Amino acid sequence: MEKEQLNGLNAIELKGINKSFGSVVANKNIDLTVRKGEILALLGENGSGKTTLMNMLSGIYRPDSGSVFVYGQEVHIYTPQDALNLGIGMIHQHYKLVDNLSAAENIVLGTKTKKQSMSQLAKNIEQLSLHFGLNIDPNKKIYDMSVSEKQTVEIVKVLYRGAKILVLDEPTAVLTPQESKKLFAIITKMKEEGNSIIIITHKLNEVMEVSDRVSVLRKGECVATVETKKSSAEQLTELMVGRAVDLSIERPETFKSDPVLEIVRLGVRNDEGVEMLKDVNFDLRSGEILGVAGVAGSGQKELCEALAGLQKVEKGAILYYKENIVGRTPDEIIRLGISMSFVPEDRLGMGLVASMGMTDNMLLKTYKQSRGGFVKRSPARLKAKALIERLDIITPGTETPVSKLSGGNVQKVLLGREIESQPNVLITAYPVRGLDINSAYTIYDLLNEQKMKGVAILFIGEDLDVLLELCDRIMVLYDGQVQDILQADQVTKEQIGLLMTGQKPRELKEVR
Amino acid sequence: MDLNYLISFIYAVIVAGTPLLLATLGEIITQKAGNLNLGVEGMMYIGVASGFAVAYYTKNPIFFILAAILSGALAAFLYALLTVTLKANQTVTGLALSIFGTGFANFVGETITNTSPTRTAVLDGKLMSYFKPINIPLLSDLPILGRLLFQYNIFVYLAVLIALVTGYFLFNDIRGLNLRAVGENAAAADASGIDVFKYKYLAICFGGALSGLAGAYISVITAGGTWTANSVSGLGWISVALVIFAGWNPYKAIFGSAIFGALRVLRFYLPRQSFNLPNSLYGALPFLVTALVIIFTSIFNSKEIQQPAGCGVNYDREER
Repeated sequence: MEKEQLNGLNAIELKGINKSFGSVVANKNIDLTVRKGEILALLGENGSGKTTLMNMLSGIYRPDSGSVFVYGQEVHIYTPQDALNLGIGMIHQHYKLVDNLSAAENIVLGTKTKKQSMSQLAKNIEQLSLHFGLNIDPNKKIYDMSVSEKQTVEIVKVLYRGAKILVLDEPTAVLTPQESKKLFAIITKMKEEGNSIIIITHKLNEVMEVSDRVSVLRKGECVATVETKKSSAEQLTELMVGRAVDLSIERPETFKSDPVLEIVRLGVRNDEGVEMLKDVNFDLRSGEILGVAGVAGSGQKELCEALAGLQKVEKGAILYYKENIVGRTPDEIIRLGISMSFVPEDRLGMGLVASMGMTDNMLLKTYKQSRGGFVKRSPARLKAKALIERLDIITPGTETPVSKLSGGNVQKVLLGREIESQPNVLITAYPVRGLDINSAYTIYDLLNEQKMKGVAILFIGEDLDVLLELCDRIMVLYDGQVQDILQADQVTKEQIGLLMTGQKPRELKEVR
Repeated sequence: MDLNYLISFIYAVIVAGTPLLLATLGEIITQKAGNLNLGVEGMMYIGVASGFAVAYYTKNPIFFILAAILSGALAAFLYALLTVTLKANQTVTGLALSIFGTGFANFVGETITNTSPTRTAVLDGKLMSYFKPINIPLLSDLPILGRLLFQYNIFVYLAVLIALVTGYFLFNDIRGLNLRAVGENAAAADASGIDVFKYKYLAICFGGALSGLAGAYISVITAGGTWTANSVSGLGWISVALVIFAGWNPYKAIFGSAIFGALRVLRFYLPRQSFNLPNSLYGALPFLVTALVIIFTSIFNSKEIQQPAGCGVNYDREER
């Protein structure tokens, strides 16, 4: 009965939504509708206000003005609880799970359900998961889970609360192609059951693949809503960026010399004594970009840290121009000209000091060169200003804490600083994670520019399309081992995807 | 060593450990909500002073207990207001509360003693009689067991009961689960629909109430109903250490407070001739043990026994 009444109504209608943070306008007069039983893609560059808009739907922020209608009724969403009561569940980009609780505990958290036995709860969860083809172990602790498992917990968590409207913020950012496919199958099934799904993304191929309609945000405004089928990737990019963008990535040919860096039988254990890298062999030549593909946690982090001297090496050697650098301190390694712009999942974690401005962050790598006991700020400030100019970094000033900048701009600061030190080797991990198209292409251009100068670049990436286009060779890591090193122009995305999940190259050839 | 000597040692340990247990339980709940309240010492002093003053003037045992509990809770409420709502630094606020509480108690105590004709303040005998060791016919008279189990003052049983209840609440009740989530990851708890502010306020005030109750204990049991300056003398700080020692577990806090109680009375029970150590060394023992515990927990770095991850960090939903 109720369902019939709801037919024909929109699941969500946003009218004239405004939201500012101080002087920054995040959302300007946005109108948006989500129909019942559809997947709406919310497309936009970083800082275009997608997440802000959805956070207002999920009760994290409150709009400054405007109205929200859920199934035709005007509502006021003040807290996440209000949103959940209305059947709106959001899966945030950074999962909101309590690490040292189990999956089941996280799922039941905050619900009004009377106390029920954990086994009964586990059964309920299992039923729910089975229905949507999800797979979770209710008793597993979150800290033991892979990112994809954590995401599944988040999905079950909102479904358990009876959410009919699902908001997914950049859900595929950390998934393998296979995991993404699975996720899309799940949300398609939800859609077929009459649920509404909003998926925030800036990956155009995903938009084309999974959505029914696309709403495009640009600089806080909703510039267009189009039917996916009647649109094209080119048109959407133009709407998103505001001008036509060439979507291909260059791979300039360079002269490749002898290896700069040779990694021989490298073995690394983490703090808990688990072997994270096993017998890793590869070399890195000047003027090339070597891509590293692999499921998150396959040893990428340990590899980067071992190269930079941050991680104790158990076995093997790292040869820099035939000289073993194992056992050197990070400082000595930097002075040899190996520069690491390592960006862990948490962008501000290791690369930059979040509470410092650009000037001070520039100083971090150079202060040792200044004579006397005092730090000279003015050269660093000039460098910071030059970077702002050159890379179009949007910041109020050189002294603004970098934590206040948007992700893309933080990334530019980090990479810009590394390049400034004129390294011979550049190690960069996930440099475009969470970045919009414009910023991402700026980063690719920067990397290519360094490559042309003869810098050897190790590029840890996650978007296989990008790896295939940008890199000269691609190394696939699985469980701390090198599966294979392939010429980028001679493999397909699917082959790499299979290698990433642990299938041996030989089996692959048979498949071929 | 003769048996009676051992029994009276255990008895003294329990009596010395009870105020520690009460304050520790309060601080465990507070920290489980993600707030490090270093004001335990101060809240205990506030409980001592308010309880003593009310008992001195009204001679009513109920009012006495209520005054101690409510004043502790009120002090904690101020701490919550500053840290949870106004997002002040938790460490600084807690330390300020400790300093304030100590001063407040001295002020109240001196006012009472100065106005008393004998220049001392002693509580009414009838009121004190409510807090004598209990006497259950038959049970209390049992040999050995009677003295070991059935001859404590009422607070001892109450404290153990509270420990069991808070332990059950934390680990078996969904609201306990919610509370732990608030302390581990307030943003996640918030997104799950938990009222983070309500949980934090209630947990912090509960912590203050128990500190106040510990203060009541000190004024009638430890100080024996006579106003004594500096009566808390570091018990609050030991309680903060005990929270770590107990691994944020109310059940373990029962044993932890017994051990720390033992460390406090050890000096009276070790024979002088064989252990002639300076008194101040005994006073330092609980802190030495705590330091060792912290070192060992950090060496073994268990994922289960850890300070709640959100402890010390104020939560702001709109923070980006």
